[in-house]
Parts: sequence; structure tokens; C-alpha cells
Amino acid sequence: MSLDSPPPAGPRVGSDEWVARQAHRREYLPSWLGSLERASERAGWWPKLAAAAAAAAVLPLFGLGQFQLQVGIDALVIALLAVGLNIVVGWAGLLDLGYVAFFGCGAYGYALVSSGQIGANGIHLPSYLSIPLVMAAVAGLGLLVGWPSRRLIGDYLAIITLFFGEAFVEFTNNVAPSVLGGPNGIVGVDAIRLFGYTFTTNKSYYYLLVIVLVVTMGVLRLLDTSRTGRAWRAVREDPLAAASMTIPVNRVKLMAFAFGAAVAALAGTLFAAQQISVFPTDFDTPILILVYAGLILGGAGSIAGACTGALVVMVVYDGLLRSPTESGYLFYGLILLTLLAKLRPWRRLALVLAATVALGYAIHAIAAAVSDSAVAGGPHSAGLIAGALRDWVVVPASATVAGNWGFVALVCLLVALVQVSSQWRTILLPPTLYLASFVWETRLAAEPAITRQLMIGAILIVMMNARPQGLFGSRRVEALT
Amino acid sequence: MSDPVLELDRLSLSFGGLRALSELDLGVGEREIVSLIGPNGAGKSTVFNVITGVYEPSSGDVRFAGRSIAGLAPHRVARLGIGRTFQSLRLFLNMSVIENVMAATYGNTKAMPWESVLRLPRARREEREVRALAEDVLSFFGQRLAGYRWEQPAYSLSYANRRRLEIARALATSPRLLLLDEPAAGMNPAETHEVTELISRLRDERGVSILVIEHDMHVVDSCSNRVVALDHGVKIAEGGFDRVAAHPAVVEAYLGKDPGALSDGG
Ligand SMILES: Nc1ncnc2c1ncn2[C@@H]1O[C@H](COP(=O)(O)OP(=O)(O)OP(=O)(O)O)[C@@H](O)[C@H]1O
Ligand SMILES: [Mg+2]
Repeated sequence: MSLDSPPPAGPRVGSDEWVARQAHRREYLPSWLGSLERASERAGWWPKLAAAAAAAAVLPLFGLGQFQLQVGIDALVIALLAVGLNIVVGWAGLLDLGYVAFFGCGAYGYALVSSGQIGANGIHLPSYLSIPLVMAAVAGLGLLVGWPSRRLIGDYLAIITLFFGEAFVEFTNNVAPSVLGGPNGIVGVDAIRLFGYTFTTNKSYYYLLVIVLVVTMGVLRLLDTSRTGRAWRAVREDPLAAASMTIPVNRVKLMAFAFGAAVAALAGTLFAAQQISVFPTDFDTPILILVYAGLILGGAGSIAGACTGALVVMVVYDGLLRSPTESGYLFYGLILLTLLAKLRPWRRLALVLAATVALGYAIHAIAAAVSDSAVAGGPHSAGLIAGALRDWVVVPASATVAGNWGFVALVCLLVALVQVSSQWRTILLPPTLYLASFVWETRLAAEPAITRQLMIGAILIVMMNARPQGLFGSRRVEALT
Repeated sequence: MSDPVLELDRLSLSFGGLRALSELDLGVGEREIVSLIGPNGAGKSTVFNVITGVYEPSSGDVRFAGRSIAGLAPHRVARLGIGRTFQSLRLFLNMSVIENVMAATYGNTKAMPWESVLRLPRARREEREVRALAEDVLSFFGQRLAGYRWEQPAYSLSYANRRRLEIARALATSPRLLLLDEPAAGMNPAETHEVTELISRLRDERGVSILVIEHDMHVVDSCSNRVVALDHGVKIAEGGFDRVAAHPAVVEAYLGKDPGALSDGG
């Protein structure tokens, strides 16, 4: 710890320069985006939350099917988790990789006191007791986990909490199978019953989750603008300075842990009740990745960001990416968006697009002339994309083998693309784009399970380049000394 | 000198084999401005870190307002009434200017999280007071930290303004004693002159006692009641500026055996 390095020559960014730069950034945006941003800034936080809640409330009126409703419910659960994780990661700056275990504890806790699992007749606590009880208990557990880790920072904390997360899965899988059910989990969990109403249908859980999420976001907003929120963020920015400004750093960190755990537990109780069951695999690493992806995409440190990011990630991941056609739209959409955002001047963009189109038709014509089997397969996408690409992308009869080789070539080309000068990049871009489409149509679109993960990664990469602070995050600077 | 606010009593600190401070005695009286000078690596910042609880002394004692505070955690020391700034700025860069200041009132406010969430009377009253205190403290710097800057993130401030915000933040802890670590470092002559006036105003208008580390001898000369010179963790001279500046040990510490004066500012 070097407390007193010599003063930096210092980036001399004056505040007025900052204002000017913000204004400039707006001008640089397309005008409609700029006015949208200004309008949203003027609207204030609470009206926006109300508007979002209203939108979520009317959404089912458009006749969502059971599948869409389930996607919505999963997305809302993950959003609730992301909003809770934001306390720990976004505000207190603690990299907690065991967060999903608190979600699991909430779900298992609720399942244990709301099913026939324990004792002869089981325990069936009323929801108005069980939910607060489970939240309080898991918050206590958060303190317990936080206690030995309170002095740990960065990598150490990450690895210890990751260990805790994995231990939870192992624990539920192997310990006390007569109570926790081992890999078979706990089934027959009671529905939530509040104010004389029993939540049984998916639609009722959708609404319950919307209400809980909105209330949680409101509570956290009030917390964020209070002394507690300021203390969390101060500790994230600089623990030593925070301590020197009367903030008890360790206590504040523990509080963040406990609050985050309580929100995760709340999500867990709703999840268990909606699923009517809990299994160890529900709380494994994939969920952690999704929650983090949502938080990062939306912008860590922002409540609205955490929520929106998680919703986007889950709707994309769970809703769209299951069908090859819809994931195709996303794939080509992302590519086009990136090109639009990054290729300047417009002449260059037009050139690259035209060259890509021409290249495709040329290759297709040549391949068709050389051998029939080279174009025997059709694009894997269906619908509009298939129609547009039929005579453009080459899909041979043995698509799998060709796709695999194409994938290798694509990776090589991408690496080359990053290395070369901008002139060469313009030249290399059309073949790269063509190859990407080739690999997609021959191989990737056929493997939704893998592609889903890749696409989330790709979205995050695009985001990192376009807006590193996330959708709603504010720009972060590290200490410049 | 009246009853000392701060008293270091034969204070020693070693880092491994390096004796950073040895047998240091130092006092700061009520409403007194004491300057701590010495060449680079003399142990000046280390003195601050021991006082504020960042390091625990190997031996000796630190007394603040008559009470021993050696070994107390930094946030407790701060709450007792010792505010500090850092030589290498340590602002909460991604928080707004006013939030930087408001955050420093944490230890002196009491509202629990649920009171804040429900906006109960105590939380509302404290929030009003904290806001008023922050505005008051920032207004102390006049146009330099004027109102339109309050909602900007701290990273948007110029270097000199960051130093000012550090002082404002320290003031928000309602200190009796202020420790300023090179408040004029990196500033131009006009700004340095401003700092000199600022330090005197801090004492006169806010009634705080001040221990200041400064390399700029003009600042030291014009604002301090007393000067303490440090070299290799040992006090080599103490007294009025002229006496200390002319003290052979001080001259030697700064310039080696070379004869010469400190007149052009160390
Ligand atoms: N945490 C630490 N661990 C080991 N050595 C340290 C530590 N902090 C300071 N030192 C050493 O203690 C000595 C005094 O350092 P200090 O920062 O107090 O000097 P200073 O008088 O403030 O100098 P400057 O004018 O450069 O700020 C230096 O030799 C420094 O290397
Ligand atoms: Mg120093």
C-alpha cells in the first residue's frame, strides 16, 4: 500500500471542460438519441420507475402465451437477483461470486418451511411469516459469510465467495438427503398465500414478481440516496479515505453483504413457490453468469441498469435464442449495429457493405458452377433471413465439416483483423463478415445450446466497446494517481 | 501555548528494519497552526498516518484532547474530531462533489437504513442537516467550488479543485484538528497564495487547529505559528519559521553539507 506517492502531474480536466465534453457527446449522437437522453434525464427517477412498472403490468394483456410468461417470470427473478447483486458489487464494490448461494438458501429455506419435507406433517408456515423469516435468516448467513471475508478484497474475496457458492451446490446435493432431498431436491412446495389470495397461476406470479421488483427497486433507491448508500459507494471508491472520513468500512461492507443476501433470498422464495420445487442445479454457476451478465450489461452501480440488463439478457437468452431464426435476427442485427456504430466515414461503411454483398454473390455463383454439392444445403435460418441469403451464402451438403473449418478460419481472420492497420481492416472486413455468416448458417445456428452462451458473450463484447459503463451506468474512472 | 489538542509522546514506528519515526515529541495547541517540514522521505506523512490510526505506533503515545488514541481504528479517530487530507488525492472520484462531502458525515449521523428508507423524522432531519453542512463547507471555497459544480462527479474537477474538495470533505467530519498533507502541491503561485490564506481562514473562521505538511516555504512562513522540522523520522528543529529555516541541521537535511539558504522555497 503506497499511501503517498508523489503528486501526479495530473490530468487537468477542468469542470467546465467536462460540461463541454458532455454536451459534445450528445451532439455526436444521432439527434433523436440525444433528445431521448435529455428527455429521460428530465423525467426523473420515480416517474420512470412508474412508467416501467405500468409497461410491465400491461404486457400480459397482449396475450402472452405460457412460454412467454415463463420467460418473463425467469427474467424477473434474475432481475431481482441483479438488483440485489448491485448492492454488493455495484455499490460496495465487493466482487461476490457466491451470490447465487444466497438465492439458493432463500429457495431451500422457503421450501423447507412450506412443504411436507420436515417432520411427519411437514411445516407449512404462512407466507407472511416464512418470507420475512427466510430473508432475515439468509441476511444473517450473509453476515456470517461476510465476517471472515470482510478484510478480503478483490481476487481473494472473489475466490472465497466462489468457493462458498460451489459448496452450497455440493451441500444440497450430498448433505442430509432425507431433509434436503439430495439431487432430487424438494418437491411439493406450497404456493405463496398473501392477503387471502393464493398465487397459483403463472400470470399471478408474474404480477407478484413485478410488484416485488418495483418495490425492491424503490427501497434501494431510497437507500442509495441516504447515508448508507453514500457510505457503500465511498467504500467502493476508496476504503482508506472512507475510513478517514468516519465511515466504519468493515461494518458497511457487512451491511452490503446482508442486504444483498436478503434480496437474493426474497428472489429465492418466489422462485421456489413458482416452481413448486427446488433442485441443487437451479443454483449453479450458469445462473451466476446470467446475473453478472445482466448487471454488467445494464451498468453496475445503477438500479435501473441492473434491472434492465438482466431483463434483456434473460429475454434474449431464454426467449429469443431458443429458435435459430430469432437468434439469427439477433446475430445479423448485432453485426450490422456494430458496423453502423464503428465504421466511419459513411463512405467506408457503404463500401464494406457493398463489397460483402458482391463477394457473397460471386462466391455463390462460382461454387454453384464448380460443383452442385457445394451449394446443396440451405441456410439454417428460416424466414426472411433464409430468403435473403439463399443465393448469397454457400452452404455445402456436408455443412458440419465445412462449418467447423470455417469457424477456425473465422477465428484466424478475427485475430488478424484486430492486428492490422485500418486500411487492411477495410479490405479484410468483407471476407470476415461473409465467413461469419457462413459459419452461422452452417454450424452455429444449429447449436442453440452453445450459441446462446456465445451470443451473450458477443453482446457483452459489443457493449464493452460501445458503452463500457453499461446501458445505464455512469462513466467510471479509476484513481489517476 | 494553551492546553495541547494533539500531543505525540516519544512516538516511534518501524517498517521492518526501517525506523520511520523515532522518539518523536510534538504538540499542537488550540487554534494553532503547526507546520511539519522535512525532505522527501523524512516521515512527515507517516506522522499523519500514525495519528489517524492507519498505522499503529511501535512505541509511544498519541493523545488527542487528553485521551490516548494510539491504535484506534481510523474511522474512530476521525469521529473523535481529526480530519485529514491525503498527499496523493483520495477522493471518491465517481461520486458527485457534494456526495463526497456528505459521505464524510456518516459517523456523526445515526439514522438506520430502514429509517432512511421510510424517511422517518430522524432520517429526514439528519439529511437536511447534512446537506446544509455540505453546502456550508463547500461555500467556504467561494467561486472555486461554486454551486453548479456540486452535482458533477469528482473526477471532473481540476487538480487544484480536487485538493480543495479534499479539504472540504475533511471539514465535513466536523474536526477539531485538521491534518493537511501538502495542500499546495501541484498548484500555481496564485493558487498557492490562496491556500495560504485558506489555512489561516480555516483557523480563524472555523476554529480548528491545524497540522500542515508543506514543501512550499512561502506557505510555511506566512501561515504557521510554529514549525517542526523532521529528518529520517527524528525531530531536528522546532520553533518560529526564521529560526528553524536557519537551523544548521535543517539546512543540512535539505541541502546536504552544501551551504545555502532555503530562501527559494525548499
Ligand atoms: N507502508 C510503508 N511500508 C514501508 N515503508 C514505508 C511505508 N510508508 C512509508 N514508508 C517509508 O517511510 C519513510 C517516510 O515516508 P513518508 O511518506 O512519511 O515521507 P514524507 O516525509 O511524507 O515524504 P514526502 O515529502 O516525499 O511525502 C520513507 O522512507 C518511506 O519509504
Ligand atoms: Mg508525504
